[in-house]
Amino acid sequence: MKKGKPERLIIDGKRLDGRDLEEFREMEAKIKVIKSADGSAMFRFGNTIAIAAVYGPRPMFPKHLQNPERAVINLRYNMVPFSTEDRVRPGVSRRSIEISKILKEAIAETVFTEEFPRTVIDIYIEMIQADGTTRCAALNAASLALADAGVPMKDLIAACSAGKVDGHIVLDVNGKEDNYGEVDMPVAMIPRENKVVLLQMDGLLTKEEFEKCLQLAKKGCMQVYKLQKECIKNTYKQIAEGDENV
Amino acid sequence: MFKPEMEYVRKLIEEDSRIDGRKLDEMRKIEIQTGIYPKAEGSALVKLGETLVAVGVKMGVKEPFPDTPDEGILIVNAEFPPIASPEFEPGPPGEETIELARVVDRGIRESGCIDFEKLCIKSGEKVWTVFVDIHVLNNDGDLITASGIGAIAALLNAKIPKYNEETDEIDYSQRTESLPVSKIPVPITVAKINGKLILDPCKEEEEAMDARITITTIEDTICAIQKGHGGYFTEDELKRIVDIAMEKGKEIRELIRSKV
Repeated sequence: MKKGKPERLIIDGKRLDGRDLEEFREMEAKIKVIKSADGSAMFRFGNTIAIAAVYGPRPMFPKHLQNPERAVINLRYNMVPFSTEDRVRPGVSRRSIEISKILKEAIAETVFTEEFPRTVIDIYIEMIQADGTTRCAALNAASLALADAGVPMKDLIAACSAGKVDGHIVLDVNGKEDNYGEVDMPVAMIPRENKVVLLQMDGLLTKEEFEKCLQLAKKGCMQVYKLQKECIKNTYKQIAEGDENV
Repeated sequence: MFKPEMEYVRKLIEEDSRIDGRKLDEMRKIEIQTGIYPKAEGSALVKLGETLVAVGVKMGVKEPFPDTPDEGILIVNAEFPPIASPEFEPGPPGEETIELARVVDRGIRESGCIDFEKLCIKSGEKVWTVFVDIHVLNNDGDLITASGIGAIAALLNAKIPKYNEETDEIDYSQRTESLPVSKIPVPITVAKINGKLILDPCKEEEEAMDARITITTIEDTICAIQKGHGGYFTEDELKRIVDIAMEKGKEIRELIRSKV
């Protein structure tokens, strides 16, 4: 038994943070948050905050790492030391290496890398605050930052998590639910093509529960997608209208 | 791999055949040997076609993690040494190695197959740490499946050494009690090539594949999923893969049971 586990995580159909089972935490999306970057974005699920910056496509060095046929995507997912209750030791961990790998693979599926041979697209993601579903927030921010950088893509990538908590299938798992609940299942999609480009799960699920989780996550991704598109449209509309303080 | 070879692998799949003559949903032959490395508390050597993976379990006594004071610790580590493939290089573990270790770790941990509370010696002070070390000896594809099978087989084979609480010494020559392992999680890996799903990809197929997913099951329950290697799956494909993972998982579970 894990220490500090609350007796129940869902009481009368409400979660500890007051949400319904299929309700998101407050979501927020913002682009152009880092001036030096070619593209940047912030994405937030409640207290999970990801900031992403894109540099490139730019020439790749050292040269022997270049791919003569396409751009190389380099992605770094990093937890800020003060992002969680227990301080995160700076530097790479096995967890961050794995997450960087799967995020990179998901993004490679949507970017037209063949248009930029011999270059690198650097994507840097900092998790400023972590409260569950961090890799999804990271991916949402990264795909917005890529769009902001003007990198040609098939579509944005939208991601969210579903899971099982106290026997209920829920949307958008927070840190406590991830820690003490049964299942966390992050899902990322290319919404327009209905493609699942990231899928992980740990915990116990029957086939029926898995299908229910997937359905719910899919619905959630569509909501995220809508927010991402609105964010980009609104920001560029403001710029077109001459507002420089976006 | 050279492009023409890759195109050939892909073309074969399009015609529902494979480079090694298997059917799309056919696993390679699995051979499992257990208890073959006596210095380890438990061990297994798994042969999946030409893929060869050695797994050893070692145990030590450590302070528990503060949030689980009454539970033993599981550490899964993998190595891809340069002897196993022309692509492997010496040096610190790469992302593929780390991903494999973490996928195998999750399959075991989340299945609840190890009773960690039974590995507690003194609450908050001393617990058993179980190290599962995966050593790839030959890479011919589907390392995750071979490693996952090897890991659970080695755990089932493991015996706890004798620990003297007063002197804080472990006597590795005396091993009596088995590790408290009850269930058998089995990972199954499916690759997608040209829109077709193939089971247990060999190395050539892995180099030509578009997407990959590993689903670990115990009986009729899924305990871990990892989609890896770019590409995508549709919802229908995912549902089919869950069915495949459960069906094949059952067969392999029986095989493991018969070997330990």
